Amino acid sequence: MSFAKSSYFASAPTASACALALLAAGPTPAQGVISGNEFNPAITLILDGQYSSYSNDPEDYGISGFLLDEEAGPTAEGFSLDESELNISANVDDWFYGFSSIVFEDDENETEVELEEAYFETLALPAGWTIKGGKFLSGIGYHNGQHPHSWDFADEPLAYRAMLGKAFTDVGAQARWVAPTDLFVQFGAEAFRGASFPSSGSANDGTGAWSLFAKFGGDVGPSNSWKAGVSWLGYDTEGWDTDFGDGELSLDGDGDLLMAEFVWKWAPDGNPRERALTLQAEYLHREEDGDAEFGADDLAEQSDYDFDQDGFYVQGVYRFRPGWRVGVRYDWSADNDVPGLTAGSTLDDDRDPERLTAMIDWAHTEFSRLRLQVAKDDSYDDSDTQVVLQYVLSLGPHGAHSF
Amino acid sequence: MAQKLLYCLGLLWLALLPAEALALRVFACEPEWAALAREVGGDRVDVYSAVTGLQDVHVVQARPSLIARYRRADLVICTGADLESGWLPLLLRQGANPRAQPGKPGFLEAARHVRMLEKPASLDRARGELHAMGNPHIQTAPGNIAAVAPVLAERLALIDPEGRAHYEAAANDFLRRWEAAIGDWEARAAPVRGMAIITHHRSWVYLVDWLQMREVASLEPKPGIEPSASHLAALLEEVRGEDVRLIVRSAYQGARASEWLSERTGIPPVVLPHTVGSVEGADDLFSMFDVMIDRLVEAAR
Repeated sequence: MSFAKSSYFASAPTASACALALLAAGPTPAQGVISGNEFNPAITLILDGQYSSYSNDPEDYGISGFLLDEEAGPTAEGFSLDESELNISANVDDWFYGFSSIVFEDDENETEVELEEAYFETLALPAGWTIKGGKFLSGIGYHNGQHPHSWDFADEPLAYRAMLGKAFTDVGAQARWVAPTDLFVQFGAEAFRGASFPSSGSANDGTGAWSLFAKFGGDVGPSNSWKAGVSWLGYDTEGWDTDFGDGELSLDGDGDLLMAEFVWKWAPDGNPRERALTLQAEYLHREEDGDAEFGADDLAEQSDYDFDQDGFYVQGVYRFRPGWRVGVRYDWSADNDVPGLTAGSTLDDDRDPERLTAMIDWAHTEFSRLRLQVAKDDSYDDSDTQVVLQYVLSLGPHGAHSF
Repeated sequence: MAQKLLYCLGLLWLALLPAEALALRVFACEPEWAALAREVGGDRVDVYSAVTGLQDVHVVQARPSLIARYRRADLVICTGADLESGWLPLLLRQGANPRAQPGKPGFLEAARHVRMLEKPASLDRARGELHAMGNPHIQTAPGNIAAVAPVLAERLALIDPEGRAHYEAAANDFLRRWEAAIGDWEARAAPVRGMAIITHHRSWVYLVDWLQMREVASLEPKPGIEPSASHLAALLEEVRGEDVRLIVRSAYQGARASEWLSERTGIPPVVLPHTVGSVEGADDLFSMFDVMIDRLVEAAR
């Protein structure tokens, strides 16, 4: 390209612009020797710890009408480390991006290591397509895809805790497509191994869970933006068991989970540094049926099960000055009566679990956050008052957070 | 009936198609690059800016609307140098656009084509939010805009070869007018040379360097950290007796801290246009610098 640039700039009366133009003429060549570590991936370590005080013993925790994943429930009382998260990511090459999240959980000074995510994603597929493979947080729902350090509250919504453990993450593959429109329209489909709660047993030769989702979003003027979506998760449950009463309950069956999500964000002129409001709500509806077996001592009883469960949460988080946010969240769940085996248990409780949570948090920079959270938790027959003081620190490169 | 409807839809499609196909879609991260793309691209480009002049580029979110726009972009132009590290990486992955990935002609990082200032000797977050490649607020010196214009024209020509002559001519025309304007601004800004200013955030270093002003302090104790009462109190002592003429901030920064210091020192606070559309009258690149020079010269009197 023949620009008049050089000749023109030479005759320009301004020395500074000329110097800049000369400097800009060619990018400076890379300097230094190849040391082997210049291509290091981005490494971020999340430190997340808390002090919790509960009026009830967290060991007694349950959610009326729901059989919980063994991990589900409040964190330990007193000082605890929730999850220390080591995230490593980079572009593999021009076709693939890779991400892994290794979680260290501290349980009474025993450290458990869990691979929360380890996936690749394509970067070069045409026409708006992306394929993802490995172990990853499913694209269903809104809260599901978020890592705990970016949550607005110290714990997950009650409906997620009841129906997904914490979030649905499993080994599988995802295909998603973004439409070529100014309105954000995205469709996605996933197939999973089916080894994670609420699926179990890796049914169908290791393809025991599937999902579909559709997401939409856009802006309303410069100050408002929104996202909405619907999702479906279907799964087989094979040989899932849990301690139940004096014995063990084992389930074989399948389930369907339908989810609807809506998020609205507001900030004056779209500038959230001083003031910003986020309203967020999700509704979950789950149907499960199959055969249940209850075993205690030498007795074994069998029966059908047929769960029909609902849950939602609605929350608002308001930033009222730089760094400071307050939030309120209301959780509610309900279930049908399940007759038979479960008489007299938490499954046979008429109560609709609910919880009201308030939090205030302060971020010195976007890398450090301190949070105080108070909740009145009526998940089961004994009302629990929960107070949590939490810190979330992020070490390493600036992590990008999704909307 | 159905056939007629299909026929009509087909006609409508054809009518819409050329308009869609003609304009090159440019996704600019910041308004200054959107304005430059309009200067160089003219009618051949359809430009969208991810951030408005009133928004803080540090805290933008990867909104669904940005993902949708990224998906269809033929060319993405951003400052780079980690300025957009909170949201651009997500657009790169969620936007599913292989044309606009690093290394492709459709992805242009302006900061790679200018001389970066304040490249930190060591990286430690205890010193605030640092950018390893240097201070990324490059758009406040017109020489940097001039350095990016030919690169942008070349990229547009690579993507849209038919328009090469147009882009070259438009870029040359722009550079000619720009150089003349720089001469004018530098002449007008002569009284500003050596003037001491306080800034809110260290986002004016290229302006300070260009006009040879003196940035004596920042309201932020460390880059990216909100001004604190103790830091402001210390500042008050520090600038006492110094002939500081202005407390400079951007439109998206809160007025509290500058007004607090202004009340106690008598130094006037001012919002300078950090980009196009950030203050009234700064509607394109030329008027942005016009307003900037006007406000600086007024303070120097």
